[in-house]
Amino acid sequence: METLWSPTKTGDRGGKWFLSVLALIAVAAPILNQAVPASSPAHLSAYGITLIGKYLCYGMLALAVDLIWGYCGILSLGHTAFFSLGGYAIGMYLMRQIGTRGVYGDPVLPDFMVFLNWKSLPWFWNGFNHFPFALLMMVVAPGLLALVFGWFAFRSRVTGVYFSIITQALTYALMLAFFRNDMGFGGNNGFTDFKDILGFDLHSDLTRVVLLITTVATLAATYLACRTIVESRAGRVLHAIRDAESRTRFLGYPVESFKVYVFVFSAVIAGIAGALYVPQIGIINPGEFAPINSIEVVIWVAVGGRGTLYGAIAGAVVVNYAKTYLTGAFPEVWLYAVGALFVLVTLFLPRGIIGLVQTRTKR
Amino acid sequence: MSARDKKLELEGLTVSFDGFKALNNLTLSVDPGELLCIIGPNGAGKTTMMDVVTGKTRPDSGTARFGSGNNLLEMSEAEIVAAGVGRKFQKPTVFERLTVFENLELALAGTRSVLKTLRARISPEQDNRINEVLGTIGLSGRRFELGSTLAHGQKQWLEIGMLLMQDPELLLVDEPVAGMTPQEIERTSELLLSLAGEHSVVVVEHDMNFVRSIARRVIVLHEGRVIAEGDMDKVQGDPKVIEVYLGV
Repeated sequence: METLWSPTKTGDRGGKWFLSVLALIAVAAPILNQAVPASSPAHLSAYGITLIGKYLCYGMLALAVDLIWGYCGILSLGHTAFFSLGGYAIGMYLMRQIGTRGVYGDPVLPDFMVFLNWKSLPWFWNGFNHFPFALLMMVVAPGLLALVFGWFAFRSRVTGVYFSIITQALTYALMLAFFRNDMGFGGNNGFTDFKDILGFDLHSDLTRVVLLITTVATLAATYLACRTIVESRAGRVLHAIRDAESRTRFLGYPVESFKVYVFVFSAVIAGIAGALYVPQIGIINPGEFAPINSIEVVIWVAVGGRGTLYGAIAGAVVVNYAKTYLTGAFPEVWLYAVGALFVLVTLFLPRGIIGLVQTRTKR
Repeated sequence: MSARDKKLELEGLTVSFDGFKALNNLTLSVDPGELLCIIGPNGAGKTTMMDVVTGKTRPDSGTARFGSGNNLLEMSEAEIVAAGVGRKFQKPTVFERLTVFENLELALAGTRSVLKTLRARISPEQDNRINEVLGTIGLSGRRFELGSTLAHGQKQWLEIGMLLMQDPELLLVDEPVAGMTPQEIERTSELLLSLAGEHSVVVVEHDMNFVRSIARRVIVLHEGRVIAEGDMDKVQGDPKVIEVYLGV
């Protein structure tokens, strides 16, 4: 009976492709890095491993944005706030792992606190020496912020462009707050100079490979979770909210609750993405909160094709690959290129790259 | 029949917007299983009356009771829907990017909370119910097509079908035949007549021929109050009605 009433489920062919590519990365990247000798042209460098990991973290962030924007019509222009909070949570753990190996050699206080002449650890740093606690916080911090923010915004029926603007304000406010030394998060330098995670050296190739595999597995899991949501009846309610919000409310659905739930879930995915990003990149600072970053995420999703989930991930990878190349080759043109890309996609590819591929392959 | 047996009972409702009285001491009632038509010129208060019944607008004074002892004025919009009042809006708003079947699925009575809809599956009884309603509204052949592909009349029927999925005791239908072809109008009157009996149906409409074809009892509203009531012939012969409305 399932199949009788599910004409919109086209077997999720794109999703299967996407998961196959992820599986291929999980198998091939470690082999090309570990088993192929460094002298061979097929060897994948540690830099390459980290770059792939970074793109996939961005992909996960794009997935989070697509879930709320593509399916529920909530355009968040502040999603890197949640990404950064997840990053800071894992960053606090990594800072405390440094211990006496820091420049000042203080066993408890991170270098920046010693530098600021602080005598003891601020209360909110307690617990971050335990990895499970940091794992918990990378979910709780963005989730809680999204819950409070979403609850107030959606309950007051703030929608559309107004919602987008206050999400921009949210991430901007957080950026300014995190820039302050008094906040206790390292000010404008943020956290860096990490040594190891769970006792494994962050600079070794093997650790990097394991982090990449973890990223691939988490991305696959979050993708499948989002897929499950959008294909459930709740997913159809989200569609309904996107297309005719008051009609959905009139059918008796608690529209605000649906929005809060999906917004919090999306923020948690963004937080996890940030937490996977920071150990691989090796730094987190308040610049990550910059409003422009959140806007770029929306562009990735638009380029990939919103409302498909895997399209958003593909868009993140493609745009960031272009960014890596362009900022290397012609650093001054990147911002123009990304702006032009957004305009062109909006005008000519409303359904993004995936829409283009789907039209081409349609029987 | 005592007041207790009425399906809907409105008494002395007054709603003013900036001094303008959209409803002025309005009193009317609907019997169980009745098909009642409400007519009246623009601004007569028809839509405001429906807004009050569905909880969208709160009156300045008066009472509104539904079924056995539900005070509509103390209930939220969602509670009123759950209690069994369904409303079809003037402009059809079906979910365009969901299929006909999925539109009806979302309208199924019951499951509304986030976590429950996440796990909700269509039971065989619900599947039967959806198929039954698809038959009633004449859209069985289009169940897998997107809402956006339907013709105007079909959207109206789908929306009535969505109301039926919630098993309402009272159906409020706002201008069901506006913009319909003669064939569609005919089908719509058959549909509404088939619904009366099992449900109480209140139809607000401008189209006189349509009202004549379905109505047993007609209420004429003017400036927020009832000015005439009875069968179509009686109402059409009423001098007050001719003056404000039908004389045109």
